[in-house]
Amino acid sequence: MDFKSVVTEEKEDTAVVSHNSRAGVLLFLVYTTIYGGFMLLSAFAPRWMSEPFLGGVNLAVAYGFGLIAAAMVLAVLYVKVCRKQ
Amino acid sequence: MIYETSFTAILVFLFFACGVLGISVYLGRRAKSAAGYFAAGGGIHWAVNGIAFAGDYLSAASFLGICGMIAFFGYDGFLYSIGYLAGWIVALFIVAEPLKRLGRFTFADALDNRFNSRGIKLAAAVSTLVVSCFYLIPQMVGAGALVQPLLGLPHYGGVLLIGGIVTIVVTTAGMVSTTWLQFIKGGLLVVLCAMITVMILARGLTTRPTTADGREVPLMRHGLSLAEIASGGTVLPEEGGWRGAPYVRVRTAEGRVLVYRKDGDTYSEAQTVNVLPDGRKLVNGLPHGKAEGEADLQPVGYVSKLPGGVEETGPLGPFAFIRTMQQSEVIAWRSQKIAEAGGSETTVYYQRPTSGADFMSPGSSPVFSKVRSARIFDKLDFLSLMLALFCGTASLPHILIRYYTVKDQDSARKSTVVGIAAIGCFYVLTLFLGLGAMTSGALDVTDSNMSAPLLARSLSEFLFAVLSAVAFTTVLGTVSGLIMAASGAVAHDLMANVLKIPMDDFRKVVAAKAAALCVGVLAILLGILFARMNVNFLVGWAFNIAASANLPSLVMLLFWKHTTKQGITAAIVVGMVSSLAWILMSAQAYQDVYGLNPGDALVPFSQPAIVTIPLGFLVLVAVSLMTRRKAGMPETAGAFSGQWS
Repeated sequence: MDFKSVVTEEKEDTAVVSHNSRAGVLLFLVYTTIYGGFMLLSAFAPRWMSEPFLGGVNLAVAYGFGLIAAAMVLAVLYVKVCRKQ
Repeated sequence: MIYETSFTAILVFLFFACGVLGISVYLGRRAKSAAGYFAAGGGIHWAVNGIAFAGDYLSAASFLGICGMIAFFGYDGFLYSIGYLAGWIVALFIVAEPLKRLGRFTFADALDNRFNSRGIKLAAAVSTLVVSCFYLIPQMVGAGALVQPLLGLPHYGGVLLIGGIVTIVVTTAGMVSTTWLQFIKGGLLVVLCAMITVMILARGLTTRPTTADGREVPLMRHGLSLAEIASGGTVLPEEGGWRGAPYVRVRTAEGRVLVYRKDGDTYSEAQTVNVLPDGRKLVNGLPHGKAEGEADLQPVGYVSKLPGGVEETGPLGPFAFIRTMQQSEVIAWRSQKIAEAGGSETTVYYQRPTSGADFMSPGSSPVFSKVRSARIFDKLDFLSLMLALFCGTASLPHILIRYYTVKDQDSARKSTVVGIAAIGCFYVLTLFLGLGAMTSGALDVTDSNMSAPLLARSLSEFLFAVLSAVAFTTVLGTVSGLIMAASGAVAHDLMANVLKIPMDDFRKVVAAKAAALCVGVLAILLGILFARMNVNFLVGWAFNIAASANLPSLVMLLFWKHTTKQGITAAIVVGMVSSLAWILMSAQAYQDVYGLNPGDALVPFSQPAIVTIPLGFLVLVAVSLMTRRKAGMPETAGAFSGQWS
């Protein structure tokens, strides 16, 4: 590792910047909807959360694991969608 | 509980600490420039930086605190895991790329990229310092709490030890050694937790837990009749705080007073800690100690009923483990304080059989019980905390500066994905670790933070030593990241940019090291002062303040082209001050900080984010609109305008 190497100056390309920003905002909205759904269910329908849901695992645990998995999947998707400079 | 000092733990910890110091001194000799010190020369590989993200983020509070909360209350602790991880989505999708594009060393750089305003630099630097300090306190308190039982040092000894090592790490090599420290720690933590999870699943669930060396754990009895508990002793009359409380006290033939909890017609054994006016401590009616004629609290936490009435399940798969927990009954422990007639206070720890259906869904802990309440303010409190966790991550200074350690935006994205993967895996594991601890028969009723290390002890003594050592390294890693962020804010933002002290690279690094030393000493002092505060609670505050102060300006700068420098400065100041003030006037602060009646609190719920984040946005928009014309066109911003470079 060369610590003295100069940081690469990145050239700005408006098209790339706006493409990546749009992809980010879109995926952010997708995730926020899923996360918001979980929070609203927890706050306003806590009983539903203890119902068996997927293979006997209750909704709270299944949704929770789902949120973590969704974060990973969307993150990978974002990197694939983004254009490099 | 009294812990035996573990020499293996001390050895493993010394090995880690020496390794970390060695790496730091070695790397320190190679990083001389300001870019090297603050941002590791932008030369860290994205995969290393990704794991270092995990190392930065998985603080002592999220590791020990979440495991402890799940072990004591079940699913509710996992809500923190979900919220902490979700925050990364905001960081990756919204903040990472522009921040990398706009900044050089610090978060203030990015905000101020377009405006060159001293107001923004000052506000951003102060908010970095405030958030870092709020985040530092729980880490230091956690360090002290860990060291106390494990190494046999007093609380302040632990704080001094950790503070000293971290300050050396940061002042010798800055961001390079901090990054490697985070990398080692993040990697170790995830691997170790995965190993423990496999061991928990292989052990399965049993109603008769055993210790690592195969001895059966003595269980506290429940479902007793009055005749059973009173035989051979005398039932004491109700007096003082015991009057009307659901307990029965029995004086045994030897003169020892035992307490039982009354539930309907049955009674269960309780544990008591009574602190006498002269400071002596009685545990379960005897002086506190391990010797003959003394007593210590018994380890607790086991499954009382398994589905189908079996005594043990044998090895389970991950989903079968969760399903079995949902259908089991666990003995959870709660506590109550009773004022004795003589003026002393007794804490009673009592058994509460809890069904899986209850503790495996939101709302079974005191913090989140509000989701089951019908009051709208209680629900808002819950939503507000979850919002703070969601928005806070992307606003934490020590996370933000890590984007400057990689070479370009593509690397920044990739390292965030690696970070999200590592952190996500870890948070899935926390549920198994917590539930494993809940059923391990090894918990300390007085200290939930010790649940994860005690779980490891119930599996193997060596694992306990390694886990404790990793927990120390966890504290070291997070604290060094925070001190790094704070020292950057002081040297680069405050001294060089706000006060305009002329400094070349060399002097800037010297100034940052001096600042790191000061912040290190401050952290040690705060860690000692706040020794009694609840760790998780303080972390929640830090997230609230970070989200309220930093997020509105960060987001609006990127997405609204009419944002002005006055708008940004005002939003940071208002967000920071309002969230801080709200917290200080909340019911939780009344109860835990001032010891006042929480009913007198001035604000309707404790978590400010749901009010103060929108307030920050509102202030930014209002001030920007008011100052737009005066400031003129060059003073406005917009992410898509492509005029940054």
